[in-house]
Amino acid sequence: MPLETIIAAVMISALIIYALLGGADYGGGVWDLFAFGKRAPAQRALIAQAIGPVWEANHVWLILVLVILFTAFPPAFAAISTALHIPLTLLLIGIVLRGTTFTFRAHDAQRDDVQRRWSLLFSIASIITPVLLGVVLGSIASGTIKLENGVVVSGFLKSWLAPFPFAVGFFALSLFGLLAAVYLTIEASENELQEDFRLRALIAGIAVGILALTVFILAGTGAPTVRAGISRSWWALALHLVTAAFAIGAFYALWIRKYIVARICAVAQVTLILVGWALAQFPYLVEPDLTVYSAAAPRATLQLLIIALAAGVLVLFPSYYYLFRVFKGEKYITARSANGIDEYHK
Amino acid sequence: MPAFTPPALTISCFACLLALVMNDLLAARSQMAMSLAFHIVFAAIGIAMPLLMIIAEWQWLRTKDEVYLALAKRWAKGTAILFAVGAVSGTVLSFELGLLWPGFMRYAGAIIGMPFSLEGFAFFTEAIFLGIYLYGWNRVPPRAHLFAGAMVAASGVLSGIFVVIANAWMNTPTGFRVVAGRPVDIDPLAAMINPAAFAQTLHMTLAAYAATGFVVAGIHAFMLRRDANNRFHKSALAIALTVGGIAAVLQPLSGDLLAKMVSRNLPVKLAALEGQFATEKGAPLRIGGIPDESAGVTRYAVEIPYGLSILAYGDSNATVKGLNDFPSSDRPPVAIVHVSFQIMVACGVAMMVLAVWAAWQYWQGRRRQSNTWLESRWFLGALVLAAPLGFIAIETGWVVTEVGRQPWIIYGVMRTAEAVTPVPGLVVPFITFTLLYIFLAAITVWLLLRQVAASPQAFGPAGRR
Repeated sequence: MPLETIIAAVMISALIIYALLGGADYGGGVWDLFAFGKRAPAQRALIAQAIGPVWEANHVWLILVLVILFTAFPPAFAAISTALHIPLTLLLIGIVLRGTTFTFRAHDAQRDDVQRRWSLLFSIASIITPVLLGVVLGSIASGTIKLENGVVVSGFLKSWLAPFPFAVGFFALSLFGLLAAVYLTIEASENELQEDFRLRALIAGIAVGILALTVFILAGTGAPTVRAGISRSWWALALHLVTAAFAIGAFYALWIRKYIVARICAVAQVTLILVGWALAQFPYLVEPDLTVYSAAAPRATLQLLIIALAAGVLVLFPSYYYLFRVFKGEKYITARSANGIDEYHK
Repeated sequence: MPAFTPPALTISCFACLLALVMNDLLAARSQMAMSLAFHIVFAAIGIAMPLLMIIAEWQWLRTKDEVYLALAKRWAKGTAILFAVGAVSGTVLSFELGLLWPGFMRYAGAIIGMPFSLEGFAFFTEAIFLGIYLYGWNRVPPRAHLFAGAMVAASGVLSGIFVVIANAWMNTPTGFRVVAGRPVDIDPLAAMINPAAFAQTLHMTLAAYAATGFVVAGIHAFMLRRDANNRFHKSALAIALTVGGIAAVLQPLSGDLLAKMVSRNLPVKLAALEGQFATEKGAPLRIGGIPDESAGVTRYAVEIPYGLSILAYGDSNATVKGLNDFPSSDRPPVAIVHVSFQIMVACGVAMMVLAVWAAWQYWQGRRRQSNTWLESRWFLGALVLAAPLGFIAIETGWVVTEVGRQPWIIYGVMRTAEAVTPVPGLVVPFITFTLLYIFLAAITVWLLLRQVAASPQAFGPAGRR
């Protein structure tokens, strides 16, 4: 496999992991907004416990995608960040507000009105950010960023201010919401709380189905190349069937309360959706002007980057495993425990 | 209609005014400068604070004295807030490389992407172990917890080093050749070991320890003046001042190394930061002074004969090239660079003097076997006044580095104006991020004050344990 392809695959893998981990943290923010009923405080506490120790580490996957893009494919990074300046800037504001308000809420006065204000900001930022992330990815997939001699000529609005990118945005939001709810069914220790998130996961599953169909239909005119890839390639039918099987599997597993199975299915579903998009768009980074080959950095850079990525992963994975074993290995106790966030809040 | 409250009106008027006077290049530069100036505070604290925390925690494990545990936990709380703001403002910067300077990234991404990639992994390690450190007090064994803290401290330093290496490359670009306006024969490793890399990373790392150490020492000195004999603040002050003081004493040496590197590789920057207009044999060292660019002289400076020639080249008769020898299109703005440099040096010298004073007091105290050196109100007052000096030095130091490199984004290779994005209306994101960061800064300060204001009584004179 050529170096360019390997690095592109690593980049997409990092994006997938970001969606699976970082995406779920955003999804947690969504459910913070929709926490209601007499268990609303318990729901919020569970979400905060689940996100608290890991969101910063999960967030770094996005940074990794970014640095791989600008190290290995600099012209693509330049083109994307020029054409999508506006949605990327809004995305950044969302990222800043989500992270800071979450932390501020944990450290501000535990008075209800203060907490409510931070919660509101936090959850709104958690909703807007995934939509914008989807808008950015949708714009890249749509093939509307046009270059001449490496300079963006398609303007700063046209490539993203369209139905398709926004449909992808809401699709991303629904997927993140689904992931979060599914994970939370496992992290909840009380039965009632588990039921709350089961219901939310089922609703998110339905939303995912509707939005997936919307995205597919809009792709006909909104992203013709990707649409052609996901409907006509030899692997397309198999991929659709497997993805659909996992989607239905996740839904059914939730229905019969097999939460571990539901988590596996939801993770596989999201992974396959992103893999399908990547395969359909390959080898284009910014279609039709930049491919992973034409935008690639010189060989020396790519070789060194692969070495760095391999070495980095050797440090990263054991550390990550340790982090998740410490905080996700056993069930959280929602009652006031002496551990973790409760003490941290004092 | 509450939409037009007076502050909102003032801000919008101010914004319109800015939009009128700012072109897109200036707006992009302002946004980058503002983002860096904001982030550097959190980045420096993120480098140094974990070291203070693990020293306290290590002391606790060693002595089982509860005061150190309380201290480590208190510092960890502050670090949690600061690290979150640092993480997101760092994210903003990595996006801004492309949002504001796509020309630069298209040209240089392949050359200096490497340190950024390595920084990505260092940041990963930092975030993972900080999560364990902050939330894992009762979830991992004490030694594993201390280890997590050490990992945060080490990866924080590494993160900073990698980012500064990329900046050093912008000052002294190596690892490629330019053929027909494009970089060829790219060697990312050679780019990383560029001439400025060692001196700049050393200077910045020491700066982070000195600035953070002094600001923490200053805060606890302030509390000690109000709550004398509280062991909590005494222990805090001792740790912070030791770290900050050692860094402050070493810093002039690294500064000298860096200045010599600048005089070898960046003669126009040296001339600007010294306010040296005419090329001169046996050039004097100017202390203070205000450069007048139109007249081509630096006024009101105290001049030490031959000082600059000796410091820069180790020879009292060495020739220092002046600004007049460079075409005006290649010169940085002189006044701001020279004045910033003077402020940075002054802050650094003051911190060094204070560190030496502290060490002398400490040894005196030991000789007399009395531990009253942290009770002198004069000394504590001086520490309070010195609290912001380190960060003033960091900010002005970055002005020297960045403005002193202008009009180049890659020195001698690419001008800043060539790198800027074609996106119009850049004043809008500049104002937006400025307001956002003012908001974040205000909340952060407010939350930290709330925590600091509470002095743990258990360790005060009344509740001595």
